Amino acid sequence: MSLDKAAVRAIAELARIEVADEELDHLAGELSGILHFVEQLAEVDTNGVAPMSSVADLTLPMRKDEVTDGGQVAAVLANAPAADDGFFTVPKVVE
Amino acid sequence: MTELTKLTIAQARDEMAKGAFTATELTEAHLRAMEAKRDLNAYITETADLAREQAKASDLRRQAGKAGALEGIPLGIKDLFCTKGVQTTAASHILQGFTPPYESTVSGKLLDAGAVTLGKLNLDEFAMGSSNMTSYYGKVTNPWKSTSEPAKQLVPGGSSGGSAAAVAARIAMGATGTDTGGSIRQPAAFCGITGIKPTYGRCSRWGIVAFASSLDQAGPMARTVRDCAIMLGTMAGHDPKDSTSAPMPVPDFEAALTGDIRGLKVGIPREYRPDGLSDEIQAVWEQGIAWLKEAGATPVEISLPHTKYALPTYYIVAPAEASSNLARYDGLRFGLRVEGKTLDDMYKKTRAAGFGSEVRRRIMIGTYVLSAGYYDAYYSKAQKVRRLIAEDFTQAFRQVDVILTPTAPSAAFGMDENTDDPVTMWLNDIFTIPTSLAGLPGLSLPAGLNASGLPLGLQLIGRPFDEETVFKVAGVMEAAAQFTHLPEGV
Repeated sequence: MSLDKAAVRAIAELARIEVADEELDHLAGELSGILHFVEQLAEVDTNGVAPMSSVADLTLPMRKDEVTDGGQVAAVLANAPAADDGFFTVPKVVE
Repeated sequence: MTELTKLTIAQARDEMAKGAFTATELTEAHLRAMEAKRDLNAYITETADLAREQAKASDLRRQAGKAGALEGIPLGIKDLFCTKGVQTTAASHILQGFTPPYESTVSGKLLDAGAVTLGKLNLDEFAMGSSNMTSYYGKVTNPWKSTSEPAKQLVPGGSSGGSAAAVAARIAMGATGTDTGGSIRQPAAFCGITGIKPTYGRCSRWGIVAFASSLDQAGPMARTVRDCAIMLGTMAGHDPKDSTSAPMPVPDFEAALTGDIRGLKVGIPREYRPDGLSDEIQAVWEQGIAWLKEAGATPVEISLPHTKYALPTYYIVAPAEASSNLARYDGLRFGLRVEGKTLDDMYKKTRAAGFGSEVRRRIMIGTYVLSAGYYDAYYSKAQKVRRLIAEDFTQAFRQVDVILTPTAPSAAFGMDENTDDPVTMWLNDIFTIPTSLAGLPGLSLPAGLNASGLPLGLQLIGRPFDEETVFKVAGVMEAAAQFTHLPEGV
């Protein structure tokens, strides 16, 4: 699969990364090269093979449904680039 | 006193127990050495004041008869582990200013065992790289120099390049690393030290900045097999805060170093001898096989038929997981924020400014292979091949107890090499990635020098949760290799 500029622009949009128009060609080449490399997997017969999402042969454990932590507003907000009155702040989303 | 930095962890532990010197003296010796070797750029953040406080507290604990397993041992922490009150960067611009209000489970365990932390070690941005050249805080220099080209600056490997360089340059007695596709083992090999990626689930991932969660695993990097065994004994263990951490007891890894490997079967995978494998790598591997034979083990040729598909599988699975994990960097809750007209605009500008080119590339590949219409062709396919790769190892371990391979296809390369094409750089990890995909323990130890005087590493791979056999065999190889060479200026 070769990606064109429009495809790269769409991927960047999905990934929420701003990409300048003049970078699109270069990125299209790089990403296409990577896709070409990984596409050799097509030659492997995987009929009847179940996808492996984890090597840990574990059932995810359940714990009691109770609060174990919380009430740390100041610690949670301490690293926020912008916070006000106990909340994270964002650019205005409603006109 | 500078000689204190040349001791192993085990030696320092035993000497301090006898009262030969204090944690404060040992820490001061390391702080001086760190200052003298700042040109390596191994540390992103040095925490000298904190280290002095910890050393003082350690000396008091020892006086009170409460010494822990790593009492007073000065260590470096890869800057991917969150450390309470100490800036944590993941070597990325996007985490600028981030100071965690909590301590990662693994670094917390080291502190609880009495360790002194010297600072936060440099790495490839978000642990994505094999050269430590992608760090926002600058590249790390390998303390080793090629005898044929002494002026050439060599990479320390990656992503745990700062950890490997610091341990090799004697500016930390040991260090934490993390390994997703080879990030402990390849830099250990490039810097002539020992490192082990334990079985997936052996160490808690809680508080470690996530790259690819089904692969990421913390492990120790140190100058001897015994030191790695001591550190892993402290780092490992079940943690309810990481649901993939294994609820299994932690064995006494140091006790596994019996020196007796008679009767063990050592697998030699034929697929790890690709066309074009360099003569020097081939030779050091043969030497390793000979040492094991002399010690009474039996080499057995094995086949891991899906080996060649490990790299393309990894470069679907790891970027896919990374693209999800790195979605959290939104300019909102921590780190860098670049203002924008709308919320989306702020996200895009922040992420464009905050991520380096390799990270951006992997996020975009991951986004693509997970997107509607391509998920089955790429991601699901890779997960199926991953199972075949894991099953190759399961089959092999029916015949053998441990597997021996080279760690990397070359010695450390120059900073100006392998930079043109991302796939060429990725080839560094061809021998380490299969183990990661299968979740198995893999240890790299220095086995000799190449013709230019640079270290070469060999890798031992074990069954799941059988680090003990890996350590036992590694101990025998270490004794045979007698690797006493030192990098420049040490």
